[in-house]
This record gives sequence, structure tokens and C-alpha cells, in this order.
Amino acid sequence: MKRFAIGTAGVALSLAAYAPNPVRAHDYAVGPLKIGHPWARASPPSAKVGGGYLAIENTGPEPDRLVGGSTEGAARVEIHESSLADGIMRMRERTDGVAVPPGQTLEFKPGGLHLMLVDLKAPLKQGDKVKATLVFERAGTVAIELQVQGVGAPQPAATGHTRH
Amino acid sequence: MPVLKWIRYGAWAGVVLVSFVGAAILLGWWQVDGPGRSPAGRAAVQGVPAIGGPFTLVDQTGRTVTDADYRGKPLAVFFGFTHCPEVCPTTLVQMANLTGKIGAAADPLQILLITVDPERDTPEQLALYLQSFDPRVVGLTGSRQQVDAALAAYKAYAKKIPTENGYTMDHSASVYLMKADGGFRTMIDYHEDEASALEKVRMVLR
Ligand SMILES: [Cu+2]
Repeated sequence: MKRFAIGTAGVALSLAAYAPNPVRAHDYAVGPLKIGHPWARASPPSAKVGGGYLAIENTGPEPDRLVGGSTEGAARVEIHESSLADGIMRMRERTDGVAVPPGQTLEFKPGGLHLMLVDLKAPLKQGDKVKATLVFERAGTVAIELQVQGVGAPQPAATGHTRH
Repeated sequence: MPVLKWIRYGAWAGVVLVSFVGAAILLGWWQVDGPGRSPAGRAAVQGVPAIGGPFTLVDQTGRTVTDADYRGKPLAVFFGFTHCPEVCPTTLVQMANLTGKIGAAADPLQILLITVDPERDTPEQLALYLQSFDPRVVGLTGSRQQVDAALAAYKAYAKKIPTENGYTMDHSASVYLMKADGGFRTMIDYHEDEASALEKVRMVLR
């Protein structure tokens, strides 16, 4: 059980003092890791789950690993990967987390890696900002905000979003 | 002058070769694409496997419906479930984009979302879910047997995958475009580019 999410939500939120060093308007950093534009899709009224997306750039010389997270918006955050093969979409939890090799940028986007917000406390509404934390094996914990975009949005709104 | 003679032979040989190739091409066309092709060949060329067929399901208002209720309308049918933050919203939004681009000409198109997860997706659950999308989308559920029968009719795939805290569903992610007479027209793949998807929707509307 490598998910640190459960039960750490309170602790994580109180770590807001552990300032998220904003690099740009909506980017975050922890150690050598840069977190680019975290966002989520708005969820339909009855949906119990939501998808969160971001980019993680490792500017350091050491590998790291995203191992969990938490959010005020849902009971749990899981790390998932969707994949399409032969016309069939499959979604699996990455229970061991996901590696962030040095010098690389890991993209979480619809149809691939995503943060799965499980058991939403309320529907995610477009325009909302949802506090969350990410836990890395080496760099530790970072507080972020997910900006909620439209239902089924294919990508974040262009504003303030830079691709490397 | 033997040289001239050989040139003449060579020229005649060329004429024979060109005639032969031309005849072969003509024969090939006649059998594959032309009036000489067999009915089976015609079906294969148009790509008409037996996809689609009868189903009995329950819509998001609780009403029992069958495929016959939608006869006369071209359909865009796809399979999904509401515990899915990834594929299903993407597909619903993509279909709305496509019909929006086509405009009023797309009005006859009926979009059907058939759940592969009837245990969780009750009519009420579907109704709430669909509030976020184009109001013309109909959500269909039913008993496990009814959903399985619809999956089988469309040669679609769905499988329940247990997870630590419940389960998720693997499922076919394509959109089936069905003609107004109920026959299969074509499919839109999950990652299909917009231009090609648009052309397919226009095709089923014709
Ligand atoms: Cu997921």
C-alpha cells in the first residue's frame, strides 16, 4: 500500500506554510522538480471521480518518483494511466507511482497519465481552484492548486501556460 | 540493315506488352470495382460487417426503448460509464464539437451513450451525468443481460476490472455511426483527427 494519500490530507493541507515557491503564475516547484499548470476537468453532477493533469519537470541530476497525493476536493488521489489498444480503453492505477527521470518532463494529460480524484466531495466546477498536494519520494511534498476547466476539456486553457 | 529490323521488332514487342498490361488492368477493374464484381466483393469494398442489431435498453428517463425506436435517424453509438473521467467526457464533448461544426444539418443525428456499467449507472445516475452535455444525448442502461446483448450486437468489448476500492471498466472507445435504416456505416476511432471524424459524420447524415 504505497499510496500516502489517505489520512494525510489534513497534514498536507497544513503544509500550506511549506510555501509552494511559485515560479510563474501557475507553476510550482519543490527541490529540482517544476510542476507546470495543474488543472482538472469539471465533473458532471453525478460523477464520483475527476481527472487531474499537470507536467512534472525534473531539472535535477537524480531520479525521483511521484508516489501519491491528496486533495481537499476528494477522499483520495490515485495515480492512474489510461491507454488505448485495439480500440479498447483501459485505465489502471500505478500503485508504485511513476518515475520522473532526471532531465525529463512527465506529462499528465487526458487519455494518458492522470491524477484520479476518487469520491469527489462535490462536483468540480469550471473556474474553481482545488487545493491538492503531491508527494515525491525524494523531493517530498508540494502544495498545488488544480484549476478546473470545462467538462471534457482536451487540454488546459491557453492562458499562462507555457510548454517547454 | 539488321539494326533497323531489331528496332522494329523491339517496337512491336513494346506494343504487345502495353496492350497486355492494359487488358490486365481493365480486367482487374472489372472484377474488383467495375460492373463485374460479385455482391460479396461489393459488400467487402463498402465495409459492411454485421455491426449493430436489435437491443432493448432503458433510457435515462426510465423508459424502455429498442433499436426500432431510433429507426429513421442516423445514430452515433458509443459505450462508456459515468465512473470514467477520461474517455466518456472526451467523446461526448468531441461529438458535440462535430455536430456544432456541421450545424443544423446534424440535427437528425441521435447520439446514444450505452453504459457498460449498469450496476452503478442507473437511469437516475445517467440523467444527472448527462446534464453536463448536449441535451440531445440519450443515455441507455438496463439489466446486465440487456447491456451484454447490446455489446454483442455491436461487436463491442467491455470487461469489469477489480481495483483496490471497487472496480473499473475496460471498454471499446470507438463511436459507431449507424445509418437511418439501422445498418452500420463506419466508426470513429478514439484518436481520430477532427477532419476525418467530421467527414464521417457528414457521410452518415447523407
Ligand atoms: Cu483514472
